[in-house]
Parts: sequence; structure tokens; C-alpha cells
Amino acid sequence: MFDNPELVKMIFGRLNLDALPLHEPILVGTFAMVATGGLALFAIVTYFRLWTYLWREWFTSVDHKRIGIMYMILGIVMLLRGFADALMMRLQQAIAFGGSEGYLPAHHYDQVFTAHGVIMIFFVAMPLVTGLMNYVMPLQIGARDVSFPFLNNFSFWMTVGGAVLVMMSLFIGEFARTGWLAYPPLSNIGYSPDVGVDYYIWGLQVAGVGTTLSGINLICTIVKLRAPGMTMMRMPVFTWTALCTNVLIVASFPVLTAVLVLLSLDRYVGTNFFTNDFGGNPMMYVNLIWIWGHPEVYILVLPAFGIFSEVTATFSGKRLFGYTSMVYATVVITILSYLVWLHHFFTMGSGASVNSFFGITTMIISIPTGAKMFNWLFTMYRGRIRFELPMMWTVAFMLTFVIGGMTGVLLAVPPADFVLHNSLFLVAHFHNVIIGGVLFGLFAGINYWFPKAFGFRLDPFWGKLSFWFWVSGFYFAFMPLYVLGLMGVTRRLRVFDDPSLQIWFVIAAFGALLIFLGIISMLVQFAVSILRREQLKDVTGDPWNARTLEWATSSPPPAYNFAFTPVVYDNDAWWDMKRRGYRRPLAGFRPIHMPSNTGTGIVLAGLATAMGFGLIWYIWWLAAVSFIALLAVAIGHTFNYHRDFDIPADRVGQVEDARTRLLAAGAQS
Amino acid sequence: MTVANVSTQGSEPVFHLIDEHAHPEGASTMLGFWIYLMSDCLIFAMLFATFGVLGGNYAAGPSPKDLFDLKLVAVNTTMLLLSSITYGFAMLTMEKSRVGATQAWLAITGLFGLAFIGIELSEFAHMIHEGATPQRSAFLSSFFTLVGTHGTHVTFGLVWMVTLMVQVARYGLIEANRRRLMCLSMFWHFLDVVWIGVFTFVYLLGMLR
Repeated sequence: MFDNPELVKMIFGRLNLDALPLHEPILVGTFAMVATGGLALFAIVTYFRLWTYLWREWFTSVDHKRIGIMYMILGIVMLLRGFADALMMRLQQAIAFGGSEGYLPAHHYDQVFTAHGVIMIFFVAMPLVTGLMNYVMPLQIGARDVSFPFLNNFSFWMTVGGAVLVMMSLFIGEFARTGWLAYPPLSNIGYSPDVGVDYYIWGLQVAGVGTTLSGINLICTIVKLRAPGMTMMRMPVFTWTALCTNVLIVASFPVLTAVLVLLSLDRYVGTNFFTNDFGGNPMMYVNLIWIWGHPEVYILVLPAFGIFSEVTATFSGKRLFGYTSMVYATVVITILSYLVWLHHFFTMGSGASVNSFFGITTMIISIPTGAKMFNWLFTMYRGRIRFELPMMWTVAFMLTFVIGGMTGVLLAVPPADFVLHNSLFLVAHFHNVIIGGVLFGLFAGINYWFPKAFGFRLDPFWGKLSFWFWVSGFYFAFMPLYVLGLMGVTRRLRVFDDPSLQIWFVIAAFGALLIFLGIISMLVQFAVSILRREQLKDVTGDPWNARTLEWATSSPPPAYNFAFTPVVYDNDAWWDMKRRGYRRPLAGFRPIHMPSNTGTGIVLAGLATAMGFGLIWYIWWLAAVSFIALLAVAIGHTFNYHRDFDIPADRVGQVEDARTRLLAAGAQS
Repeated sequence: MTVANVSTQGSEPVFHLIDEHAHPEGASTMLGFWIYLMSDCLIFAMLFATFGVLGGNYAAGPSPKDLFDLKLVAVNTTMLLLSSITYGFAMLTMEKSRVGATQAWLAITGLFGLAFIGIELSEFAHMIHEGATPQRSAFLSSFFTLVGTHGTHVTFGLVWMVTLMVQVARYGLIEANRRRLMCLSMFWHFLDVVWIGVFTFVYLLGMLR
């Protein structure tokens, strides 16, 4: 069979043994590690006979809480991969001086910086943000689940499918060498003939479907499923930011889908959208992708702002200062985020008037953001502040984010941007806002809501260790990049001539090492907390004396969230209930209507991933077969009309009685 | 039970509903489908914008005047517009719970849709035969992509329509099926509106360029 090259090509497309990176020791080593780890995990799960449990209770679950937790796990696993890339880059740049080529060949280094950006945005920040919204938001609005529970499961697995494709590129073939936004003409077929950009395209397309659908789902949930009495202006700020973020998702991810389709057509069909001849225009790609790309950064940071609002109010023991202005600031940022995309390429040459417009709109965004900052400060003012971990992350955010915001306003000035464009100053700026804003927010959120999800707190000692490593590591890693950028060093360089620059890169590498310790401490924090879960246990369901509805139910909440739908009279609904002597109902439970689990989501996402793989490697039969199967399974699913069941009243009663006993035991001890 | 009732029940505030606060099945579906349509609309907006930017770049190749046959496009447009009307009749008969008539109108709608796709494909084949391929110029790339994306949508709409006809035949006009027919109705009319944009901006204005 292998004697017939035509047949082999038909079966395997352009996939052959050369696609395995056996000649790259770093990748072989990585593969050995990943394979060992994977096999160990597989063995453990098999040994403890957990597959059925995982399949029934998690993979096929339509419970928004479980899906949220799975999103978080995906994000944290991918963080390790994305951070490994970061460490490799820092190490390369710290040693590639004075004629040294460093240890990464250009071919590999270019993949590393591309993969780092793509993974950190799409498969770390997005899953973590979506995971928290998924877990917390329905609880905050007193709902039983999201509007479309099956779609939620499907969205999650599509995100996983995209992540799987990107991870595959590590060991089968290669990833894009184009930078995280894959600008043409470099990303077009002429300059990137290999599979790298195709992995990029299909990884993002598969995950993008999931993101868009989850956006629609969460908007509907917030609009339709709020508890009685919760008007829009009584929604918790995190829910507000979740609403705005999901509006942004729905209004921007289709743009990414469209622009990637056009790029695929250029690559697969030979059309002329972004080519240099036959009337194509590469700058159109840059415009289109940033029309998605700029809202994307607000998609990430708005929920983080929401988390800080919840945390600040809770740990200051006060109502959030300026709730209304906080809401309006969020909405204004949502709208403005569409009017600034061109500031990513002032150097395109669109002229002074256009650049001025986009420069000014960019600067205006700092006004609502500044208003938020003052709101948090005034919330803390005269509050009885408890410096628990979530609050520590919040304070670190406020200090760090202000620096990033100011360098952002600096970059918004077109003449300054002409000097700083594509320099390490820019790299320092966006890491400053994404780490200092989004990531710190996510860590605050994880520490804040972990006890809600699992019924015990995270260990504060290792948490504080992680905090200090992360925060100091951040400053060591990125302040030198500001300096280097001001001196004119451009981004994505692999080797350097000027020896006087080296010390700054060494400092940055030291910072990355501190962050590495921060990540390790965080993993240890999770492990230690699980081991010490009895000591860290919380039976009240409200360990922080918090203010919003998610703390009204038990930790972890029952599948149905609330035995009775709560009624809301105040912004801080749970605080209001506590203040007015709310008593938990102990009897009179009713059956609760809930959606049933289904394996269709994971099957559909698996088929979509297989289709992506077929398209990447030109294995046309695989792509066609999986596409037809995808359609068939999707249509087959619509013939199932019985997608829900009732939890009987006595079952609800048992669960609630168990909680009553726990609460009583907790009150005595 | 409304909130106003709850909050006025004496001095003791009521913090939970005794009765199950049921969200009827599919209560969010229409809203969700609307939002989906708007996201789809954005994809078309991108393709229209792309056509707007690149539509004049003929690269010394054929221009709309050389390619478009407005009479054929008029016939094609009529097919799609008629299919929207017949879908409307299908919905009217659905309201009266007349299964047979609904199915018949759906079938007629499907035939009009099929005719639309057939004419579009023959137009494409003719253009490609003349050498006006998607690869020839940025104008043709954006033309084929915009019109082709619309055609793909119509094709999926047809697959969906057949699926729904089977489901209506099997389970009747039950609540779930009515909801699905309503969604397809919105989808179908949405494609009609998009086509009016295509007809105007691509074909009519193209002839004026």
C-alpha cells in the first residue's frame, strides 16, 4: 500500500512521519513528559474505576456548576502550557547575546511566541472567565441553571476541541510562526505553506463556535431567568459585567469567525482577499481582526472588574460605592470598545484625522475605568477591611492596573505610538493590564468562590506565598520590558547584538522564575487545601459574610441551586435577607424540574475536532465523513424530545434536611 | 405570583416563592434565536464590508457589467421572496393547527428554495466557465464568498426544513415543533432580508459601477 504515493496521499493527506518532531530534543522531552503524565492519569482513573463516574457526572453533565468547574480546570491546565512557552522565551532572550544563538532555533522560537499568545488568550483567560461566569452568575440571579443547558455542555467541549487541536500541533506537525493574530501576507499560503496556520485557524474556529454559543446562552440566562424582584438595577455587579461581556462576545466573535473564513479561503481555495496582487488587501485583515480583537480584551477584563466589585464590597463590609455609576461605566466601556480598534495600527498610515479620532476614543475609555477605580477606593474608605486572599489580589490589581492604564493612555497618543509601536513597551503594557487586571481578578475570584464550589476554603499560607511570588514576579518580569521598549527594542526578537541590554532581559527572566514559583505555590495551595479540607471546611455556605445570592445556598450548592426560588428586594440580596432575619424553609418542598444529562455535546465536539484535523492535514475524506456525521448527530439529537426530569420532593427534602443538620452541628461547635 | 403581591404580604417579607417558579420550556428560545440571528447578521455585515472594500478591485478581470444577468437575478430574487410568502402561509396554517396544509406550504417553500439554489449554482457555473473564478480577482473572491455564504445558509435552511417536516409528520404540531417552525421562520425571513441587501448592493449597484 505504501508503494502507491497517490493512495497514501489520499488516505493521509499531507500527514507523514516527518510531521513528528523527532529531530527536536526539546519536543521529544516534552512529549515524554506529557505522555508519562497522561498515561499516569489514565492509569489512576482506570484503577479507581472512575471513567463511568466521570462520564455520567461530569463529561455529560448539563449542570452549569460542573461545566464551570471543568472550564476552570481546562484554563489552569492550559496556563501551565502557556507559561512553559513564556519561560522558554524569557530564557532564550536572556542568553542570546554576544554572538550566542541561544537554545531555540528561529523555527521553534517563532512557534513558541505564537502559541504563548494564542493559548493565554483563547485557552487560559477565556475558559477561566467563562468558567467563573458559568458557575457564579446563575447562582447570583437565583436561577436553577442557564437557559440552554445542553448548549452549555456543547460550548464547553467545543472549547476543549480547539485546545486539543492547538496542543496536537506540538507533537504532530507544527504551530503557526506568525504571531498570535496571524497577519497576512505572512500567514498566507505563500509564506506559511505548512500546517501551522491551519492549526491556528481550525483551533480558533472550533473553540469560537463554543464561545459564541455560550455568549448567547448566558445573555438569555441573565435576561430571562432572574429571580423575581431582581430588576436590572438590582443585579450584582458581577452579573452586570457578565451581561456586558457576553454581549461583547456575541457582537465580536462572529467577526473573528468571518475573518478566519476569509483567510482559510485564501489558503485553501486561492482567493485574493489578503494577497498583495489581484486586488487583495492585507490591511483589511488587520482591520477586521482588531474589530474582534479590541472588544476581546474587554471581554476578558470586564468580568474581572465584576469580581473586584464583589470582593471589595464583601471584604470592606460595606455596600459597593456608586453601584449605578459602576453599571454605567461598564456599559460605556462595552460600547466604546468598538470604537478604538484602529489604535492597534496607527502606523498603517490612515492619516492624521483618522488616527486622532481613534486616539481620542481610546483616551476616553480611561474615564469610565477611572470612575470604577474611585468607586472601589470609596468602597474601601472607612470600611472594616479584611485582608483575606481575594482582597489582597484586589489591592494588588488596583496598584498594578493603574500603571498599565497610564501606559495605555500614553500609547493612545498617535505620535508616541509611532515610536513605541511593536516595541517591548507595548508588550509590557498589555501584560501589565492582562496580568494585573484579568489574571489577578481571576485569582481573586478563584480564592473567593472556591469555598462556594467545594465547601472548604483554599489554604491561606500557600495562597499568600503564591500571591507574593506572582506580584513581585510580575514587576520583575515586565518593568524591564518598559525600559527596553523605551530604548527601542522591538518585540518577538530572538537574538540581540547590544550587550548593554542583556541585564534587563536577565532581570525579566528572574521575574518569570518568580512567577513560576507563584504558579507552583498555587498548585500546592490546591493540593494542600484538598488534604486539609476538614480543617478548612465551611458548613455555613457563607464563609466570608458576603452579600449576594450565591452565598444563600449551601456549599457546594445542590444540583437545583435553591430549593425555593428566592425573592429579591435589594442590590445586596443575601445581605438584606440576613439583616431582616431570613429563616431557611425547612418543609413543604416541591418537585424540581431539571434538564437531563446528555453525551451529544461531547460527541459533536469530538466530530468537529476530527473535521478540523482532517482539514489541517488535507485528509479530505476524514473532514467529509466527520462533517456528515456532525450533521447526522445534530439532527438525531433534535428527535429527542424528552430532555428533562423532575427531582422528587422527598429527594429535595432529604438534601435540605442534611443541610439543616450540618448547619445545626456547625452552630454548636 | 407577582412580586408586588409578595412584598405586600404583611410586615414579614417573603424571601422565597412557595410555588415552583417555573420557566416554561423554551421560554428563552425565541430570544436566544434572535441573538443568534444577530450574530449571523454580523458575519454577513463583515462580508458586505469586505465586498464594499474589494468590490471594485477587478484586477484587469471581468467587472459586474460583464458578468451579471439582471434578468436571471430578478427571477432568482422572486423565487426567494415567494418562498418567504409561502413560509408565512405555512405559519398561518400552523396557527390553525392544520398539519396537512402546513406540510404542503413547507414543501412549496422548500421547492422555491431549491429553485433559488439551483439558479444560483447555474449562475456560478456559468461565471466559472467564463473564467470569472473566485481566484481571478478580489472582486470575484468577495462576490463568491458573500453570495455563496448566503446560498450555504439557504441550503442549511432546506435541510432544517426537511427535518422539521419529518418531525411534524411524526409528532404533529406539538409545542416543541411549533417553536422550531417559528425559529426556522425567523431564519428564513432573515435570509430573505440579507438577500435584498445582496440584490441591491452587489447586483444593482454593481451594474452602476
